[in-house]
Amino acid sequence: MERFLLYFISGLAVGSLYALVALGLSLIYRSTRILNFAHGDIASAGAFFALTLMGLKIPFGLVFIMALLFGSLLAMGFYFCILVPAQRREATLLGQIILTLGLGLIIQGLTSRIWGMEPQPFPFPLSDSKVWNIGGIYISELSVGTIAAGLLGSICLYLLVQRTRLGLAMRATSENLQAAQTLGIPTRRILAISWGTAALLGVVAGLFLAPLLLLDPFYMLEPFLKGFAAAILGGLNSLPGAIVGGLILGIAEGLAGGYISIAFKNTLAFLIIIAVLLVRPEGLLGEEFIERV
Amino acid sequence: MNKSGGSKALLEIEDLSISFGGIMALAGVDLRLEEQEILTVIGPNGSGKTSMFNCISGVYRPNRGKILFEGESLLGLSPDRIARRGIGRTFQNLRLFLHMTVLENLLLGRHVHFRKNPFHAFMRIKREEIRHREVVEEIIDFLDLHAYRKARVADCPYGIQKKVEIGRALALEPKLLLLDEPISGLTAEEKEEAAYRIGEIRGRYRIAVLLVEHDLRIASRVADRMVALDYGRKIAEGTPQEVQSHPEVIRAYVGEE
Repeated sequence: MERFLLYFISGLAVGSLYALVALGLSLIYRSTRILNFAHGDIASAGAFFALTLMGLKIPFGLVFIMALLFGSLLAMGFYFCILVPAQRREATLLGQIILTLGLGLIIQGLTSRIWGMEPQPFPFPLSDSKVWNIGGIYISELSVGTIAAGLLGSICLYLLVQRTRLGLAMRATSENLQAAQTLGIPTRRILAISWGTAALLGVVAGLFLAPLLLLDPFYMLEPFLKGFAAAILGGLNSLPGAIVGGLILGIAEGLAGGYISIAFKNTLAFLIIIAVLLVRPEGLLGEEFIERV
Repeated sequence: MNKSGGSKALLEIEDLSISFGGIMALAGVDLRLEEQEILTVIGPNGSGKTSMFNCISGVYRPNRGKILFEGESLLGLSPDRIARRGIGRTFQNLRLFLHMTVLENLLLGRHVHFRKNPFHAFMRIKREEIRHREVVEEIIDFLDLHAYRKARVADCPYGIQKKVEIGRALALEPKLLLLDEPISGLTAEEKEEAAYRIGEIRGRYRIAVLLVEHDLRIASRVADRMVALDYGRKIAEGTPQEVQSHPEVIRAYVGEE
């Protein structure tokens, strides 16, 4: 039982980071139908930016906030300077998705050029080896922090989307852009805010993953793919789905890695996804948008 | 053009032209709409009626021409800025928030009146909220939507959805309401009711209504004036009787003898 809880909780910690990545992906997908392939790379750019700031002896709290801002501004800049002009020239959806892929590759190139390809340790105030004993279960400080970050990020996003007027405008924009515009909702600004918010969630995940993995320009690739898978599992256009998908994926990985073999960790996770999608192609909580033609 | 001796029209369109890949959807249309006037634009399918609407509401950018609303140009403004100027619209193939309730759809129409300053909004949130609710409740009364207020729009019948869209546009408290085929697709009974309501909208909200319709009978009943379009050109203008009996209009609708 103890072993089970141990694997479960470490899976939960990783899963909450997958959930954050997945939330960012579905936030963009449901409002623009774009799969943001640069999502992981924006997060790693944020983490590298944080690494540099830490080298300047800036306190970590401030570094954390500045890294989030950096990621958001990067994504909003991409939206305004690249996506909007592309849309004006009537770029197809696929074309716009390729643009995000391009952005990802550019960021990878730039981070390799500036910070090098060598994996670097990421100094983080929460330690992976310091362990708390909660009711006989040993949890590392980092896992506790990670679960808290995932929880807090999800709750904040929920409050933003469901309880504020900005969130209402975001929902209206994602459900029907033209209708939202005719009601006077500045859809472009709303979408830019969505891109910024999505990137912010991605950077949070990136900063918590950096101490677990070593920091190199490609360290977010696997978490990005897992987040993507989690979003599909939950239903790409559902925000609660992204959270559920992320947690299931993380826990499945944790249990498979613990009981079967570390090598089998990814395999089992994706077997579950295949099984779910065979039964519910729209994902666990997904719903197909219907449009009257 | 300025027969009315310098008095400003609510909406003035001059020489409006737009083409899509060589097809002229609008070829130099002039139009003038006074305050609290109901003007119907008629014409066969593909005559440019909806293109004109899309130019006014900022969805399309015309190639040539002027659009003045209260004396100021609307050209180059985004649809949301135009909505803020006081122009509400509906769509031919409804664009509703299908996953939200009727009430939520109507409340979203209040978005332009939400306060910008978040601190301000916090202070007055109660009073403001009450005002938004009042406006929306009045619209629900007016359009007789009580039975559906909490229903998801996707589950409502088509006739109700059409009403919700008109209600949502009214919630903006616009000065000009653009209705794109508000009667099409309705049952005979609903058509009568809709025609009656359009007249009532002017009486109650004191706004101008520009509507596009191809049901000639109903269109001529609600309108003060009518304009007929064919192949992107204005072929007739005047009272409903004049326009209906205009030889060009008859030819466009019935075809050559």
